[in-house]
Amino acid sequence: MERNISVYVHIPFCVKKCRYCDFPSFAGADNIDSYFTALTDEIRKERDTRGRTADTVYIGGGTPSCVPPLLIEAVLDELRKTYVINDDTEISMEMNPGTCAETSPEVYRRAGINRISLGCQSFNDKSLKRLGRIHSADDIIKTYDILRNGGFENINLDLISSLPGEGLRDTERSLRKAIGLQPEHISVYSLIIEEGTEFHRLLAAGEMKDLPDEEEQAETDLLIRTILSEEKYKRYEISNYAREGRECRHNICYWKRKEYRGFGLAAASLVGNRRFTNTRDMVYINDPGGILSEDRILSRDEEMAEFMFLGLRQTEGVSASDFSRSFGSAIEEVYGGQLEDQMKKGFMEHPGERYFYNDRGLEVSNILMSEFLL
Amino acid sequence: MDQQHIRNFSIIAHIDHGKSTLADRVIEATGLLTEREMQEQILDNMELERERGITIKSQAVRTVYKAKNNEEYIFNMIDTPGHVDFTYEVSRSLKACDGAVLVVDASQGIEAQTLANVYLALDNDLDVFPVLNKIDLPSADPDRVAEEIEDVIGIEAMDAPRISAKQGIGIEDVLEEIVHKIPAPKGDPDKPLKALIFDSLYDSYKGIIVFIRVMDGTVKKGDRVRFMATGKSDLVVEVGYFGAGQFIPCDELSAGAVGYICASIKDLKETRVGDTVTNDLDPCDEALPGYRKVNSMVYCGIYPADAAKYTDLREALEKLQLNDASLVYEPETSAALGFGFRCGFLGLLHLDIIEERLEREYDLDLVTTAPGVVYKVYKNDGTVIDITNPANLPDPTEIEHMEEPFVAAEIMVNTEFLGAIIKLCQERRGIQTGMDYIETTRVLLKYDLPLNEIIYDFFDALKSRSKGYASFDYELKEYVPSSLVKLDILINREYVDALSFIVFKDSAYERGRKMCEKLKAEIPRHLFEIPIQAAVGGKVIARETVKAVRKDVLAKCYGGDISRKKKLLEKQKEGKKKMRQIGSVEVPKEAFLSVLKLDSED
Repeated sequence: MERNISVYVHIPFCVKKCRYCDFPSFAGADNIDSYFTALTDEIRKERDTRGRTADTVYIGGGTPSCVPPLLIEAVLDELRKTYVINDDTEISMEMNPGTCAETSPEVYRRAGINRISLGCQSFNDKSLKRLGRIHSADDIIKTYDILRNGGFENINLDLISSLPGEGLRDTERSLRKAIGLQPEHISVYSLIIEEGTEFHRLLAAGEMKDLPDEEEQAETDLLIRTILSEEKYKRYEISNYAREGRECRHNICYWKRKEYRGFGLAAASLVGNRRFTNTRDMVYINDPGGILSEDRILSRDEEMAEFMFLGLRQTEGVSASDFSRSFGSAIEEVYGGQLEDQMKKGFMEHPGERYFYNDRGLEVSNILMSEFLL
Repeated sequence: MDQQHIRNFSIIAHIDHGKSTLADRVIEATGLLTEREMQEQILDNMELERERGITIKSQAVRTVYKAKNNEEYIFNMIDTPGHVDFTYEVSRSLKACDGAVLVVDASQGIEAQTLANVYLALDNDLDVFPVLNKIDLPSADPDRVAEEIEDVIGIEAMDAPRISAKQGIGIEDVLEEIVHKIPAPKGDPDKPLKALIFDSLYDSYKGIIVFIRVMDGTVKKGDRVRFMATGKSDLVVEVGYFGAGQFIPCDELSAGAVGYICASIKDLKETRVGDTVTNDLDPCDEALPGYRKVNSMVYCGIYPADAAKYTDLREALEKLQLNDASLVYEPETSAALGFGFRCGFLGLLHLDIIEERLEREYDLDLVTTAPGVVYKVYKNDGTVIDITNPANLPDPTEIEHMEEPFVAAEIMVNTEFLGAIIKLCQERRGIQTGMDYIETTRVLLKYDLPLNEIIYDFFDALKSRSKGYASFDYELKEYVPSSLVKLDILINREYVDALSFIVFKDSAYERGRKMCEKLKAEIPRHLFEIPIQAAVGGKVIARETVKAVRKDVLAKCYGGDISRKKKLLEKQKEGKKKMRQIGSVEVPKEAFLSVLKLDSED
């Protein structure tokens, strides 16, 4: 039987670049038409994975909702010619508050989109301003209502924690407002200041002195976990929480190392043991899918390491039988020492055939996961 | 050539006063070499020497000078190391000469090493004449400096050549002065052979090459010679003199000559600098005076960062020792660092040079422990032992008393910084023995100082507290009874032998506290809390804690991020590899030198 696949489509346009953002995205509408021509061209040319059934489709950005909805619909039309997309396919799209017209949901739903990920980041207007967002907390609620009224039944709200100047109570207020909207899914990402961003420049210049320290961050994280658990959002990955059965299937495919095919600027693909990534540069439109920033065949050692450090991001961790099925060796044979050590030190649990990190393990998972590199 | 036309001399100077540049000019002006053949600085032909701007090993060169009187003179120019670590080597090199050219920077004037070198030359009965260098500098004041030389050293300086070695000004004057002011050798070629070893080196083709100055008699190929200090005898397979950068064989070397001999000697230790070479069949009555075996002043442990490289390290040390008999080493084992060597050096610079050569020429990644001096331990049972590794200090109950080495130091300083330097010396337990005004603004301070107080960062502290103006020289004086204790360090409650050091009792608390602070800064945070303790005799006197990592997590990791995040994890893992495992704690190798940095700030 032909294997299923997950599909990612990147839309690198935004109204304005946020100060913390290091994603490949551009403010303004230059190149939009030629980009979409290139994008559909790349999808049309796909050979290796053509004809497979798409488990999930994820349209990310950038801000996919800042381009005319008909362009998105055209992309999905093109995908339907390349892949089998049916009612079971999870089709997500990222959206920013303030970029969704009353009439848009209808087009998105007609195109098949059945899940929206709304980038709220915070319900604290002061923080939104500081992040360089184009919207207010009220705008989030308005957009959310438009989506609900437009018939979307599966919505995620993205939040960022550990923001400069935000204390424990600010984060709690923001989180409770998000929960008040009763979305199906909530992601809370701890702010990471990436190189090349405005925040990084500010930090380096000593102009961001009110970032919470590690201790405060850990306290905030604990509070977030506690509140979301009380509100029946189950944590299933380091930063992701969902109501029962509403986990994001697309993201799970990354962590379980299922195959995925990415189209558009900077999009990454994993097909078999080949990982390749489109260029981050807009030269992409001259030769869509032809200019790669990375193209390599992963070794067995690399695949095993990825299996571990991606799988262990999930609260359910990794399965010993999945491991041996994928690699033909027992997990204990390859990683016995590391697993034993991390269990002994109280970071990892192993009740049945699975190995997973507890809360403390997830909290310091960078250090622990590096042990699995071969 | 007859002795009347030989001049054996040395150029002496304080560091950076232009000795090597002048030597190069002399070689150029005597015309043995074309400019193309010149290396940038011929005498400093080791890469490392050139970078550091100091001469490490004595070397000699023979050139021919046609003087204004139309006669040709052989110049044997013997280069001397310019650092206090190598004082004994300098004195042996000087002993091979009949005179010395004293180079003084006309803008700086006399410095501590100027004096030390002049005294050394006068002690060796050399005729010294001064040269005022760097007259091209705007700040040059040759008249003042000439006056200073006359006042302080008491040698005639008003008519001294005023030159710029860099610009090539006045070089001819120097050459003429060498002919007229430096005496010709006065040996007797008919007496039995008596020659001084002033250096030796290992060459992979010729084997060991012994640098000699023939005092009396003659040596030629086929002679059987005897090394008087070691008693070894050997057949001479080659004799020759020193071209620039090469060995030029000749038939014989006779009284007054400077050159080399090769015998089938295997071990550099048999050809000790300062020893006398004589003819085995027709020996001289007595050896030349002044020979002594050089002792290591500073010891430290050297370990391979990667334990698998132990053999490589041993082989590298063996090779280095071929050319440097003053390097001593013996295997030792540390619980913390594994297998390595305890190495002895003439001083801290010598240590630095060896360490750098091991890392650079032999591509070794090393962990070195803090250097220490040799302590004498008088035990209750009447025995005396030398302690070079603090970990080997006997139990305090077995010790009657201990002694530590003191040096006699001379510090030249401007009056402006006098207070700061006196304070520094007092902090380092110095005892003032003299204070002489060289002129109204400059003072020669004399202090007796414990060697262990100056081997780490004294020179740096001196420079920083005098804005770079103080200069410094010292020699070992004597062993003095002292109140000393061993300071131990515990990391995560485990005793780390490689971090122990011996310290003056009254400084133990302060040192222990600072050591804990430094280690806290050096040791990365782990997944658990790490106590760092300093203890004397089992009693903890200071403590710091490296807090546990609270949070270290990648918030986001999706399809496009995986390669990037993997690199991040790889970096984390690489960082760990560079560490030493002590119990369950990863300690970076820099931590083992923490003790060196104790005086850096405050």
